[in-house]
Amino acid sequence: MHVVLLVFVYLIAVAIVATGGVLIARQRSARVRVGKGIGVDSIAEPSGSSVPPPAETALEETPVPLSSGMARTRGVVGAALARMRLRGGLDEAFWSEMEETLLLADLGLVITSELVAETRQKYRMTGLNSSVEAIELLRATMLSTMMDVDRTLNLDGDPPSVILLIGVNGAGKTTTIGKLAKYFADEGRAVVLAAGDTFRAAASDQLDTWASRAGVEIVKGAPGGDPAAVVFDAASKASAKGAQIVIADTAGRLQTSSNLMEELKKIRRVTDRAPGTLTEVLLVIDATTGQNGLVQAKSFTEAAGTTGVVLTKLDGSAKGGVAYAIEKELGIPIKFVGTGEGIADLVPFDPVTYVDEICGFGS
Amino acid sequence: MFDGLGSRLETALGRIRGKARLSAADVDLALGEIRAALLEADVAVPVINGFVERIREAAVGVQASKALSPGQQVIKAVNAELVRALGGDGFKITFASRPPTVILLAGLQGAGKTTTAAKLALYFRRQGRSPFLIAADLQRPAAVEQLRLLGEKASVPVYSAPTDPVSVAKSGIEEAKRVGRDVVIIDTAGRLAIDEALMDEISSISEGVSPHYTMLVVDAMMGQDSVRTATAFHERLSLDAVIMSKLDGDARGGAALSVKEVVGKPIAFGSTGEKLEDFDLFYPDRMANRILGMGDVLSLIEQAERTIDEEVAKKGAARLMDGQFDLDDFLEQLRQVRKMGPLKGLMGMLPGIPRELKGVDIDEKEIGRIEAIISSMTVAERRNPKLIDGSRRQRIAVGSGVSTAQVSGLLKQFGEMQKMVRSMGIGPASATKKQRVKASQKKGRRNKR
Repeated sequence: MHVVLLVFVYLIAVAIVATGGVLIARQRSARVRVGKGIGVDSIAEPSGSSVPPPAETALEETPVPLSSGMARTRGVVGAALARMRLRGGLDEAFWSEMEETLLLADLGLVITSELVAETRQKYRMTGLNSSVEAIELLRATMLSTMMDVDRTLNLDGDPPSVILLIGVNGAGKTTTIGKLAKYFADEGRAVVLAAGDTFRAAASDQLDTWASRAGVEIVKGAPGGDPAAVVFDAASKASAKGAQIVIADTAGRLQTSSNLMEELKKIRRVTDRAPGTLTEVLLVIDATTGQNGLVQAKSFTEAAGTTGVVLTKLDGSAKGGVAYAIEKELGIPIKFVGTGEGIADLVPFDPVTYVDEICGFGS
Repeated sequence: MFDGLGSRLETALGRIRGKARLSAADVDLALGEIRAALLEADVAVPVINGFVERIREAAVGVQASKALSPGQQVIKAVNAELVRALGGDGFKITFASRPPTVILLAGLQGAGKTTTAAKLALYFRRQGRSPFLIAADLQRPAAVEQLRLLGEKASVPVYSAPTDPVSVAKSGIEEAKRVGRDVVIIDTAGRLAIDEALMDEISSISEGVSPHYTMLVVDAMMGQDSVRTATAFHERLSLDAVIMSKLDGDARGGAALSVKEVVGKPIAFGSTGEKLEDFDLFYPDRMANRILGMGDVLSLIEQAERTIDEEVAKKGAARLMDGQFDLDDFLEQLRQVRKMGPLKGLMGMLPGIPRELKGVDIDEKEIGRIEAIISSMTVAERRNPKLIDGSRRQRIAVGSGVSTAQVSGLLKQFGEMQKMVRSMGIGPASATKKQRVKASQKKGRRNKR
């Protein structure tokens, strides 16, 4: 009965809010809401005494190729901050432009507000007086949390080391596996791929192509078959042959699909019991992903214990700022970055390049 | 994980309840919250700036309605503007007088073009058309094979050739004509908007086949880059429509608004699941609610407006605030709320409801019992439950057909509820809330200029 009463309090509050409300004492009324969670912290930054330059100008800029292999362009973000760097004095518009720049990089409202507030506070305390120094501070603030992170791929334990790739549909798992296979094969390690995406049509054919490009072996299952069994078979085969590394593909799944998340848990459980050692569970995140990336990271980590992030498609104009949010909020290190469709287009994550791209120091 | 706009606005505008109309300052406050909600939904910053200005025009000077709080009025305005922005004229396909009608699909890698192509084909087949698929993605390994398998599932023929995308598209259309198919859907490779070579390629495909419709497939999870991507594709291909994919996820889908604003063409379809049938026309109203994180709160508002007696609700609200809410008021409010429909349905519609209450199975019979117990009390007893001693309790139990323990239980719970309401009414607001209100006030001011 208790629950029913609770429900009523809530419903009545809602009914009141929905219909009357007019007579309600002002200050109190805002608080009469049951169980309301506050999702985000605020923008602690005051902002804005002038209109920031329209982003359209930035959109029209011609992409400038970079010497860095990591990114080919300087997007909206880089251009905007680069413009900021040229300015002298710091007014409210500067800080709101900094905020907008970070938002445009998909860092999200919470992280952006924190970063700007922190930078701003440091700026005040250090007595600096130019926009260049302010942006340097922002850069340093971002890097301070990223520099000490261990990003090495764990390959310890009894061989073979099993690496599981997980993520939503279209993130780039299969392509990443092809590149990872090449990466390890070039290091002279024996690799076996597990075509654990038995759901998507022709996914195993796709992986097969990558396997032959990288010159590694592949274990496939029947279409619609049990993905956990495919991973187990691949680990057994690798173990029998003395291969060092197994890279397992899984079908893309949205975290809202509870059946598929259960399937993922099962794949993880079976892989734990398979020959060798499950050393890495890599979550593949598309750099164009917005704030849902954080939700993805949480859900996938709950289901399968993510050990690292691979940030794909960073060769486009998207900055992949959500990966920073994931690393900062959830403590999951970004380990690799995908930069193109070629088999060699996968590089270990470099925080300096990444932050410089976001802050516009890219060239 | 994020608060929807509903609770944001209630927090921000709670203090101005009771005003006859929204002042410019109130609107500023609300706009700050709207901006935050849209940012969390991944609507692109430049699009938000324009959108917020339009809301300002709609919201300033809005007359207070008797039934709606200012927050709800703003929500209504935002929602109306969002639906308008997302919907517009809606999409209606006009089939070519000389078939086949050619549809070209374009988009980033991993947006879901191949799956969408098959879903679209099935959609047309079910409409009595005879669709035909062309696999012109010769880039991604096994993309052709993937479409072939999906086409088989959808019972739609798939054409491809190991030449180049432009010739595949052209010869595919010839083949479709030859076998008498009337809708042709061309799947293309995913490409980045800044990849000049591949953008040139899809331009040549487009020039080569002169499609009747060119549709951009956009991932619902997409972030701020949506504007840049949509602009680039639109400039090259002059898009006719947009298809949102992966709507079955929990992304707020702000990219839909961004893309719609940039392209100015209708969002035609939405893809909502792994199965080929999970594909439907796009519904702007649903998308608007989703972007705002509103659940079905709007239909709840409408329902409340229809069924709830305003005077009764006002009286109850006032008494609740004054700490005078007694069993009599409770009974009255209970009957009000029940008029809105079964409680379980109501619970589902409420955003931000405590997790522990969400899945609760509410027994309507039990509510009936509560009603019966309170009805069996005298007016004096309802006003002052302390009067209820052993013999009164016995009488109430007999009168309502329950045990005395159940009567005691109800009284105890009601006491707890009163305490709870009291604690909610007087607790200090958290620092975060204050901060946010401050910040959004300032934001609002900036947006005004």
